[in-house]
Amino acid sequence: MARKYKGIDHLTPVDRVVVGLMIAVPTLLVLWLVWVPAIGSVLLSFTNWDGIGPISSAKNVGLKNYTDVLTIYPPFVPALQHNLIWLAVMFLIATPIGMFLAVLLDREVRGSRVYQTAIYLPVVLSLALVGFIWQLIYSRDQGLINSVTGSSIDWYGDQRYNLWAALIASSWRHVGYIMLLYLAGLKGVDPTLREAAKVDGASERQTFFRVVFPVMFPINIIVLVVTVIESLRAFDLVWVINKGRNGLELISTLVTSNIVGEASRIGFGSALATFMLVISSIFIVIYLRIVMREQR
Amino acid sequence: MTAGSDLPLVSVPRSKNPLASRRAESSGAKKQRNRGIQVFLAIVALVWIFPVGYALLGSFRDYAYTAKNGYMSFGGFTLDNYKNAWQQANFSHTMLNSAYITIPAVLLTLFLSCCVAFVVSRFSFKFNLALLGMFTAANLLPPQALLIPVYRMFRAIEVPFWFSDSGTLLNSYWGLILVNVAFQTGFCAFVLSNYMKTLPRELYESAVIDGAGVLRQFFTLTLPLCRPPLAALATLEVTWIYNEFFWATVLLQSGDKFPVTSSINNLRGQFFTDNNLVAAGSVVIALPTLLVFFLLQKQFVAGLTLGATKG
Repeated sequence: MARKYKGIDHLTPVDRVVVGLMIAVPTLLVLWLVWVPAIGSVLLSFTNWDGIGPISSAKNVGLKNYTDVLTIYPPFVPALQHNLIWLAVMFLIATPIGMFLAVLLDREVRGSRVYQTAIYLPVVLSLALVGFIWQLIYSRDQGLINSVTGSSIDWYGDQRYNLWAALIASSWRHVGYIMLLYLAGLKGVDPTLREAAKVDGASERQTFFRVVFPVMFPINIIVLVVTVIESLRAFDLVWVINKGRNGLELISTLVTSNIVGEASRIGFGSALATFMLVISSIFIVIYLRIVMREQR
Repeated sequence: MTAGSDLPLVSVPRSKNPLASRRAESSGAKKQRNRGIQVFLAIVALVWIFPVGYALLGSFRDYAYTAKNGYMSFGGFTLDNYKNAWQQANFSHTMLNSAYITIPAVLLTLFLSCCVAFVVSRFSFKFNLALLGMFTAANLLPPQALLIPVYRMFRAIEVPFWFSDSGTLLNSYWGLILVNVAFQTGFCAFVLSNYMKTLPRELYESAVIDGAGVLRQFFTLTLPLCRPPLAALATLEVTWIYNEFFWATVLLQSGDKFPVTSSINNLRGQFFTDNNLVAAGSVVIALPTLLVFFLLQKQFVAGLTLGATKG
C-alpha cells in the first residue's frame, strides 16, 4: 500500500503510538527505579519513619536526622574521612599513574599492546573479586606479605592498615581503567598539533603540558568526574572485606547497614543517602554539561 | 562500574579502535629512551599481572603442603581446590543464577536503549536533550543512596507466584533484572544515540517513501546498522552485570538465588579460611570475564572508550 509521502518526519497514528511506547517504557522504568527513589530518599530524610508502621505514620521532623548524623552517630566522621582519603588517593595517586602509563603506552614502544593488556586486566574483574584476590596477599596467616617479611599483621583486619590495604587493591583496578580512558583520548589528539609544536621547537614535556593536555580538556574532566563518583560509590571491596566496619567505614556502607542490618533506621539512613546524592549531583551536572555540549 | 562501579565515556563510536597502532618513528637518542620506557612498562606490567598470577598459582596448590612448607616453596600441586571450591561455593547453581540474571538484563538493556536512542536521534523533539540527560545521570547516581525506597517498593509490590516465588519483587530475579536495566539503559542509550546520529538521513527518506512505518525502519534499517556499537555494548554490559554486587546482595536475600559475584563469601569458611581454596574459587569466578577479556578484547575496549574521541 503506497502512502502519500509527506516528509520524513510525518507520523501516521500507528507510528505515533509506536514512538510513544518506545520512549515511554524506558523512561517510566528509569523514573520508577532511579528518580523516584532518589526523591524518595531526600523526602524520607526529613521524617522519623521507623520502617515498621505504615508510611502515613511518618512525621516531619525537619533537620533532626541531619543533626543526629552529625552529633550522635560516631561512625559518620570516620566514614567521611575515609571517603575523603579514598578520593585523595584515587585522585592524587591512582589517576596520575594511569595517565602517566597512558602517555608512555601512547609512544608505541615495542610490546605496548602486551603491557597495556596486562595493566587493564583488573578492569574486567569485579571489585568484590579484587578484594578476594588481594586477600591472598594480605591475609595474616597465609598471606604473601607476611610470609615474605615474617610479620604477623592482619592487613585487612587491623584498623591502622586496612584502609590502605583496600586502597592499594582498589587503585590496582582504577589505574587500568584511567589508563584505558586516557589512552583513547591521546589517540584522538590531532597529530598535526604535535607536529606543529615540534616544528616550533617545543620539547616533548612542553608539548604534552602546553599542547596535548589542554586539548584533552573534556577527557580530563571526565576522568575527574569518574574518579570522584567511583570514590563516592566505593562499596563492594570493603563490603566483602568486613562489611565496612573497624576502620573501613564508608558513607555507602553506613547507608546500607542502616537499612539492611538489624536496626533499620530509615530516616537516618536517608539523611546519609541524601548527603551522597547531593555530592554526586554536583559532579553529574559537570559531567552532563561536558558531554551534552558535544550533542548540540 | 561492577555494573555500578564502571562509568561510561562519551561520544561517537565511529572512530576506529582507539588502540590501533600508530607508526612509531625512531632515531638514535630516541631509540635509547624508548628502550628505557619499554623496560619500565614491562616491569609495571609484571607488577600488575602479579596478583592474578599469584592467585592462579595458589589455586593449584595443596593446603597441607603450603601450610607446612610455606608459599615460598615449590610443589604440592593438585586440582582438588577446584573440586572443593566448586562444591563449597555451589558454583553449578550460582553460575546458572548469574546467567538467569545477566542474559535477560543485557538483552533488555540493549533493546530499551535502542528504542530511546532511535527516537532521540531520528526525530527532533524539544525535550530530546533533557531526556538523554535524565537517562545518563541515572547511570551515575550512587546506588546505595536509592536503596531504601527501592527496597521498600519491592517489598510492597506483590506479584503472582509464577513470576516470583517470594510473592514480591524483593528476592526475585525480575526485580534485580529491572534495577540493572534501569541503571544501565542510560549509558547504552547515550552511546547508541551518538552512533545513530551518524547514519545518513537519506536512508530513512527512502524507507519512508517506500512506505515503511516506524517499526519497520527500526527493525530492518537501524538495528542492523548498529551492529558494531551493539557488539561492544553487549560485551561490556555482560561483564558489568555479571560483576554487579551491590543490588544482588541487598535485593536477593535467600542465598539460593545469589549470582556468582554475590555468593563470593561462600568461599570463606566460618572459622577458618583456606586461601588456596579461595584462590581456586576466585579463578572460577573470574573465568567468564577473563574469557570475555581475551576473546572479545577489542569489543571490550571499544565499549569502554566508545569514542572518547571523535575520530
